[in-house]
Amino acid sequence: MSEKFDVIVVGAGPAGTSCAYTAAQKGLKVLLIERGEYPGSKNVMGGILYRKQLEEIIPEFWHEAPIERPVVEQRFWFLDKESMVTTSYKGLEWAKEPYNNFTVLRAKFDKWFAEKAVEQGALLINETVVTECIVEDGKVVGVRTDRPDGDVYADVVVLADGVNSLLAKQLGFHKEWKPNEVALTVMEVLKLPSKTINERFNVQNNQGVSVEMFGDATHGLLGTGFIYTNKDSINVGVGTTLSSMIKKKLKPYDLLEHVKNHPMIQPYVEGGETLEYLAHLIPEGGYNTVPKLVGDGVIVTGDAAQFVNAIHREGSNMAMSSGKIAAETIAKAKETGDFSERSLDSYRTEIYDSFIGKDLKKYKDAAHTFEENPQYFQEYVPLMNQAMNTFFTVDGTPKWDKQKKIIAKMTAGRGKIGLAKDMYKAWKAVK
Amino acid sequence: MNILVCIKQVPDTKIIKVNPKTNTLDRSSAPTILNPYDAHAVEEAVRLRKEHGGKIIVLSMGPPQARLAIRKCIEIGADEGYLISDRRFAGADTLATSYALFKAIEKLKEEEGIELVLCGKHAIDGDTGQTGPGIARRMGIPPLTNVIKVEEVDLDKKLMKVRRKIENGYELIQTSLPCLLTIEKEMNEVSYSPLPNMMRAARYEPIVWTVDDLNDVDIKQLGLKGSPTIVGKMWPPEKSSGAEMIEGSTKEQVEKLLSVTYEKRELFGVKGGEKS
Repeated sequence: MSEKFDVIVVGAGPAGTSCAYTAAQKGLKVLLIERGEYPGSKNVMGGILYRKQLEEIIPEFWHEAPIERPVVEQRFWFLDKESMVTTSYKGLEWAKEPYNNFTVLRAKFDKWFAEKAVEQGALLINETVVTECIVEDGKVVGVRTDRPDGDVYADVVVLADGVNSLLAKQLGFHKEWKPNEVALTVMEVLKLPSKTINERFNVQNNQGVSVEMFGDATHGLLGTGFIYTNKDSINVGVGTTLSSMIKKKLKPYDLLEHVKNHPMIQPYVEGGETLEYLAHLIPEGGYNTVPKLVGDGVIVTGDAAQFVNAIHREGSNMAMSSGKIAAETIAKAKETGDFSERSLDSYRTEIYDSFIGKDLKKYKDAAHTFEENPQYFQEYVPLMNQAMNTFFTVDGTPKWDKQKKIIAKMTAGRGKIGLAKDMYKAWKAVK
Repeated sequence: MNILVCIKQVPDTKIIKVNPKTNTLDRSSAPTILNPYDAHAVEEAVRLRKEHGGKIIVLSMGPPQARLAIRKCIEIGADEGYLISDRRFAGADTLATSYALFKAIEKLKEEEGIELVLCGKHAIDGDTGQTGPGIARRMGIPPLTNVIKVEEVDLDKKLMKVRRKIENGYELIQTSLPCLLTIEKEMNEVSYSPLPNMMRAARYEPIVWTVDDLNDVDIKQLGLKGSPTIVGKMWPPEKSSGAEMIEGSTKEQVEKLLSVTYEKRELFGVKGGEKS
């Protein structure tokens, strides 16, 4: 029999690396297996890294982590074809320690993060695919890799293998995700001089901006577009649920081209040289699609567990916290030597007691409500734009008349009651 | 049969950019990899060890991060790895490099015999192919370059038969051992490393030597000082012109491609043919 570990972690993304780091720090013997050439080489996200959850793992990580810019301003754009209504918050307290969140490039960040786990004592193996969990007497006892002599054993296997989680699926923890439970996001990293970025986004050198876009960015489909500023590049991307894309027969790349060429967006991205083109699925099924999280000798974390809050575009932070909680659970189980589902179940209860479970529960109906009621993005965003246009265009019409006109327009489609119902429904979905 | 493999960490030239002003390689623009020919050399060493036993030692000269290239060799199956790393080695051309590696080999030979030295045919960053023969000359053993197959090894008689690639065919040649071979890609397929090798490599720390660890080193023959090579001028190769991008919808592109192919049919040795 080959070498045995305390923990085998499958996948060196935010969840897997957090788990490996924490477990190694607690003195456990950890094997971290990554399929990419190096951690980060295959990992994709829009680009926002949240401070709080990583800080709980590595205090004051920003002094050494390869971060791009601290985000000091969050902008929200409600786009129509040739106009937009915007709102934003900019706070210079976010430009100072301890910061709020950062932009990062995953290829750099994940590599660094995994190196930190290795420093703690985890053994990292790259370019190796885990093909299945080794199950003996109904208990997961290790993993089989695609390499010769590729079996390796552990007390607990942590699945951090990302959105598709073929391994959790093999174990029967979940079925194939439905098209409305995952979003397809495509993005490009565009090279721009930092001076140009500072001017276009009105920030200083060490300050970043995040822009979330609704409405015409996705042709009114359920989803968002985004721009995040790095040091000398920007991430621009767009994502919608897979089901919307299928229904509208949209090609992801066409959608990204539409975003980049939108008259409100184009001036920000103009002249950017494409460094990378990335596409990835994001689990957005939320609370109702969270799979079985724990089995005998196995724990599911991160995207594999559908831990994504689509409304607040949070995911990497939930991944990190879930990885950490998994490691703590295993360390506790190690004391008693009991790695059964019952013993590891405290992972599940802790997850549901944490912000992960609570936030997922809060928004459990949100995606469904917005998907079933396309009027929010398709009709109300253009109406908002028209209302602003009517109100602020100086054409000699008295303001009272303008207000009447706006209200008439707003209620024309669905009536006053319909409008009120829609607003209530939206509020209920996110309350 | 103990085998020494000399390896180099190189920038991945498939990705690397050339600085348009100085015409030098922008090394920061590409990740570093194990020189691909060297991987074939290590693989061949693993194959020979299976048949003839012995130990595989990997040797490299380079900065501290060249450890990663040595770990890659451990993944393939090497037993030990040595890195000679010192600022005094820096700026070396092939003459100074072969001298430094030779000095390290002398030191290694104090511990155990070396019956065979393998090198990649050349490093993909410099393409000179001189370091291997340079080492052989200093060691006083025969260098056989561009080897594509080891046909026979007779350890009792200390003989080896190999197949070399030459311009108009192959050459079957017998040599005495020890000798030095430089390896072509045709030699073998680098196999997918077994998991135990991967785990050993991930934990492996190569033995690092500085100039001071080597014996009787003539400092004047090291690094930039020991390198008579002068770069006179650098220029990028002329870009070939005449290529035409076919653009448009898929249908337009296919139609354009068909009509161009038809117009230029004599290029493919096709005569006549009426457009239907």
